[in-house]
Amino acid sequence: MFGLTSGYTIHIPETGASFNCKPQEMLLVAMMRLGKKGIPVGCRSGGCGVCKVQVQQGKYATGKMSRAHISEQEEQAGFVLACRCQPQSDLVITVVGQMRKATHRNEVSSSTAE
Amino acid sequence: MAMTGVLRPGHVQIRVLDMEASLTHYIERMGLLETDRDDQGRVYLKGWDEHDWFSVVLRPADTPGMDFTAFKVDSVETLNRLEQSLKDFGCEITRLPAGDLKHCGERVSFISPMGHTFELFAQKDYIGNGLGNINPHPWREDLKGMKVHRFDHCLLYGDDLDGAVKLFTEVLGFQQTEKVVVGPGGSVQIASFLTCGMKAHDLALIRHEEKGKLHHVSFLLRSWEEVLHAADIMGRYKIPIDIGPTRHGITRGRTIYFFDPSGNRNETFCDSYDWYPDHPEITWTEDELGGAIFYHDQQLNERFLSVVT
Repeated sequence: MFGLTSGYTIHIPETGASFNCKPQEMLLVAMMRLGKKGIPVGCRSGGCGVCKVQVQQGKYATGKMSRAHISEQEEQAGFVLACRCQPQSDLVITVVGQMRKATHRNEVSSSTAE
Repeated sequence: MAMTGVLRPGHVQIRVLDMEASLTHYIERMGLLETDRDDQGRVYLKGWDEHDWFSVVLRPADTPGMDFTAFKVDSVETLNRLEQSLKDFGCEITRLPAGDLKHCGERVSFISPMGHTFELFAQKDYIGNGLGNINPHPWREDLKGMKVHRFDHCLLYGDDLDGAVKLFTEVLGFQQTEKVVVGPGGSVQIASFLTCGMKAHDLALIRHEEKGKLHHVSFLLRSWEEVLHAADIMGRYKIPIDIGPTRHGITRGRTIYFFDPSGNRNETFCDSYDWYPDHPEITWTEDELGGAIFYHDQQLNERFLSVVT
């Protein structure tokens, strides 16, 4: 797969899912490719908080995010809105926002890696 | 019937996370025109066919949403009279001096039972629509992007819908054009569409557990072709679309919803009907709610219903 030679691997231990995020791509865009139906992607602009995740391991850059959804303490603890998070290494994440009910649906088959 | 009292939506102040990205969005993509800035970092904008100095104010902030929206009234006498009526209703009033918003006269600010800050004002400086008032051309040739004609209305989410409808109809003279009811026998109202003039809505309100939330700020277009052109702009510049182009059963609007760079929802729409005060109120029931909201596919969309700022 072409995808494996560039970009980063994102891993969600709770569901076993691993997927590729291309360089310069926002984490949310990569998560949308997981193909789970009905992922309630929200505003995609850092405002609504639907795509909140916590990064457990890895480096990333962030854009502007609403303080109503990511407090300063949370930001220091690795909480981000996936639509405003650009991975800069492989990441290990936990889904905490409203997206959780979609990403964690029917997760048995797991690791549909690219 | 002459139009008196509250005339129309006058302005909305929107909080934005990134001013530069927001100016690109509202000016280059949507086609609003910048008319001023102030020392609080606020930027004043208007739709091309509006005559008052501004209708949209962007304020830099660390959370998105709406600070307030305002209605223009026909005179200072009306402003004073409605201020007293609002006090009698139980609202806490703040008088803001002329010039607090540049080019705008005194404003009467109050908080509605749903938690939103509304304002009334009687005076705003005239800037015109750029066409002149003697033998004007019918259109401008210097417009950008979606070329929105004007700020049209807000849809707001909050808890005490019944209280807010009472305030707008009984105190401010609005009429309810359409409503949505649910529950046994349609006993619970969940949405209200209110007019102060001849539009199907000048304000829309939806019941929601949290106070003071913004669902969308809407801008007027004049044809379905213009709505499709707006969608083309969204595709070209990868503006995240919420839903559409489609049609609402409620108000009959033909519409597309999308998000600004801070996650505030915008609408561009065309079409509706003319409202006269002797028209009957329209009711939408729970079993037909899908088509009431999205007439084409007759299905509700979770994001449209739940994402607010």
